[in-house]
Amino acid sequence: MVKREVVGAHYGLRDWLAQRITAVVMAVYALMLVAVLAGLPEFDYWNWKALWEIPAVRYSTALFLLSVYWHAWIGVRDIFMDYLKDAGLRLTLYVIVIAALLLYAAWSVQILWGV
Amino acid sequence: MGLPVRTFDAVIVGGGGAGMRAALELARADLRVALLSKVFPTRSHTVAAQGGVAASLGNIEKDDWHWHMYDTVKGADYLGDQDAIEFMCRTAPEVVYELEHFGMPFDRLPDGRIYQRPFGGHMQEYGRNPVQRACAAADRTGHAMLHTLYQANLKVHTQFFIEWMALDIVRDRDGEVLGVVAMEIETGEIVIFRGRCTLLATGGAGRIFASSTNAFINTGDGLGMVARAGLPLQDMEFFQFHPTGVYGAGVLITEGVRGEGGFLLNKNGERFMERYAPNAKDLASRDVVSRAMATEIKEGRGAGKDADHILLKLDHLGSEVINRRLPGIREIAIKFANVDPVREPIPVVPTAHYMMGGIPANYHGQVVAPGATGPEEVVRGLYAAGECACVSVHGANRLGCNSLLDLLVFGRSAARQIIDDLKRNPHLKPLPDDAADRPLARLARLETQKDGERVAEVQAEMRRVMQAYCGVFRFGDLLKQGVDKIKEVAARAGHSGIGDKSKTFNTARVEALELDNLIEVALATMISAEARTESRGAHDRADHHQRDDANWMKHTLWYKQGNRLDYKPVHGKPLTVEAFEPKARVY
Amino acid sequence: MRFLIYRYNPETDDKPRMQDYDVALEPTDRMLLDALVRIKTLDDTLSFRRSCREGVCGSDAMNINGRNGLACITSVAGLKEPVEIRPLPGLPVIRDLIVDMSQFFKQYHSIKPYLINNDPPPEKERLQSPEDREELNGLYECILCAACSTACPSFWWNPDKFVGPAGLLQAYRFITDTRDQATNERLDNLEDPYRLFRCHTIMNCVEVCPKGLNPTRAIGKIKELLVKRTV
Repeated sequence: MVKREVVGAHYGLRDWLAQRITAVVMAVYALMLVAVLAGLPEFDYWNWKALWEIPAVRYSTALFLLSVYWHAWIGVRDIFMDYLKDAGLRLTLYVIVIAALLLYAAWSVQILWGV
Repeated sequence: MGLPVRTFDAVIVGGGGAGMRAALELARADLRVALLSKVFPTRSHTVAAQGGVAASLGNIEKDDWHWHMYDTVKGADYLGDQDAIEFMCRTAPEVVYELEHFGMPFDRLPDGRIYQRPFGGHMQEYGRNPVQRACAAADRTGHAMLHTLYQANLKVHTQFFIEWMALDIVRDRDGEVLGVVAMEIETGEIVIFRGRCTLLATGGAGRIFASSTNAFINTGDGLGMVARAGLPLQDMEFFQFHPTGVYGAGVLITEGVRGEGGFLLNKNGERFMERYAPNAKDLASRDVVSRAMATEIKEGRGAGKDADHILLKLDHLGSEVINRRLPGIREIAIKFANVDPVREPIPVVPTAHYMMGGIPANYHGQVVAPGATGPEEVVRGLYAAGECACVSVHGANRLGCNSLLDLLVFGRSAARQIIDDLKRNPHLKPLPDDAADRPLARLARLETQKDGERVAEVQAEMRRVMQAYCGVFRFGDLLKQGVDKIKEVAARAGHSGIGDKSKTFNTARVEALELDNLIEVALATMISAEARTESRGAHDRADHHQRDDANWMKHTLWYKQGNRLDYKPVHGKPLTVEAFEPKARVY
Repeated sequence: MRFLIYRYNPETDDKPRMQDYDVALEPTDRMLLDALVRIKTLDDTLSFRRSCREGVCGSDAMNINGRNGLACITSVAGLKEPVEIRPLPGLPVIRDLIVDMSQFFKQYHSIKPYLINNDPPPEKERLQSPEDREELNGLYECILCAACSTACPSFWWNPDKFVGPAGLLQAYRFITDTRDQATNERLDNLEDPYRLFRCHTIMNCVEVCPKGLNPTRAIGKIKELLVKRTV
């Protein structure tokens, strides 16, 4: 096949934006978590367990973790894009990373609602 | 012979303002154009022009192309051809507007029109008082213009041959020009560029002087090629010394500094231009200001511990004006003179800047030379525009901002003439068998030269001789000695040698080939200057202090063959208006 | 003064080497370019590009003691000895300090660096307010020396796909020119994970630009416009 430079996949902005939005979500969650932990009357097992039974905490943590995975996906893909020239190798690694991240996501839900 | 041949409608040599303006016009007419440039086009020396491009737009004050024409005729010390000058000044607004349409980032007035600043020698009402005529993009007008022209050429898909050096023109037995022989610098490959029309736009040759505002590449390549092909060079004795080159470094400080309100001081802090040009003062034309500065220095009123330079004061303009209108100047002063012009004056000296002479051409861009039909017979197939051409609109002294104008106007008019000529004469003539003999012989000599003269040494000697014997002030006896000296240098240049024989990007070979061209320009300049026993414009002779219209109102023509001189009349008659009769030149 | 200069001639050298030069400079040799010219008078095989010698033509960008810059406006006085001079990183070397800039110019050309305005031109100039013209400052002054792009890791890894700081600076120069009408096409041209979004705001470009320009800021402005267009 003729070697052509192909560019023009119109998702640059979407991912760039997603990376920034997920970063904001992570930052806000981190601050909230610190505030909530600081607000606990006492940092012991019973308070900790009670905290994770509040649905808002579970859902916001789920949102946080999904943001982490999405953010990680874009970041890791960026690294592959920077350094790996072979499209086949890139695709293989993408699939592995996506599979791993999906697995982590499912696992996260299991943990959050399993306590 | 066996050299590869490439065929085009038009071959342009030189990627500066004139070459690219012409290429743009030709490419827009759907012609096959090859533009050869020694350097990437935006590195051409047009990029270093600072102050502006002259056009009587009248955006700030009332202006009129007749006044511009008068100023140019007067600035030229009446040696300019008035038909060409009329053509240029009339066309000026049109080519400037065109450039704006191509995308040129001119500075703007509050109402959105192009900003204009005053410049030396540009006056209202036939020389009464300074007028704002220089259309400017800060102090980077040349840079903005050159990049705009390159960009416009990209849009129309001009074919560039970048880092190709033209070596010689191909001229057949009838004297017709059929193209050029060129070398690709990266590979050393020699190719014949065959064109039905060949335009030389190779710029100036300031590098013949030791102290010059010019780039390393300004080596008069077009002039050398023309001289070797047996054609004359015109008015070469007129070389402009710009009043304000940075002391010691030679880097240009635009006249726009004085246009914006800066002025020159001697060591006593006196604004001495008031004595030399009571009306225009620091905005008198360049030859006048340079001579005044040189006189101050000669009479012991120069600044510094050696009393050898003049001070250019602009701190009174305030940092706001300096940063907005002259940011590049501030940068240059800090880098090359170690002074911040916001606080201190810049040390400056008159510095070789612009070649008024060049390849004789008419205002259609056609190269002309004496022939059977008269002194200005068209050389078929050959055109010239920009600094390398002598049209002659600048005569004995160019006005600031008229050079950027020159290359827009004559780059375009040469291209239009080419379009016209191609319609009338669409057929290619066969290449002569000896088409590439001259350049191949030059290359072969360099290859085989034993114990050759070192190129750098010969160049340095040439520059020293030109500076010492043919500077701002010229003396009959010194010029006589100078002629002998420069002939000696030329003889040495004839057996220059290089240590580097490789094919790949051999810059030593390029410099040796450039020396061949420089030396022709140096010879022409010195010999023409020695012969002209009068003072006119930039040519100032201590032994003949007056302008001598009775004997010297004529153009010089120098031929390489035998260093012969010839003369031809000045065009005193404009195209449509009344002629401006010579009178005493006061500013 | 001592210099260590990268030498490579493909006709004679298998691989590049560093050559040691110890030269006596004259007082007039103030800039690094003066020193290189001085060295060339002693050894005419040393090859480098140069032209205006005042920092406006962009010919003599090179890597000087590990930092990209223009030889003609780099004062020798401030340089640590031995001065190590190498060609611009990340581009193929043709010979000595001369690199093949095709890739760089290809990227510059890819952003359509010319004014696009399909209205019939007026008889006089197109009007532009001084404030709108001000927008072009810090953009049009680029001299295409390639110091920025060749200092950019993203450009090193993807010179074929990432436009690079110089090209993106010029892209924004036309996007922000009030006379240009092709803003949307220009944005479309850059809306790509490689062409624009390889910029990771490392800011080497800002650090080395010999004209003091800020490509990162221009890239930020382009992203801002893309966001505005999308949301």
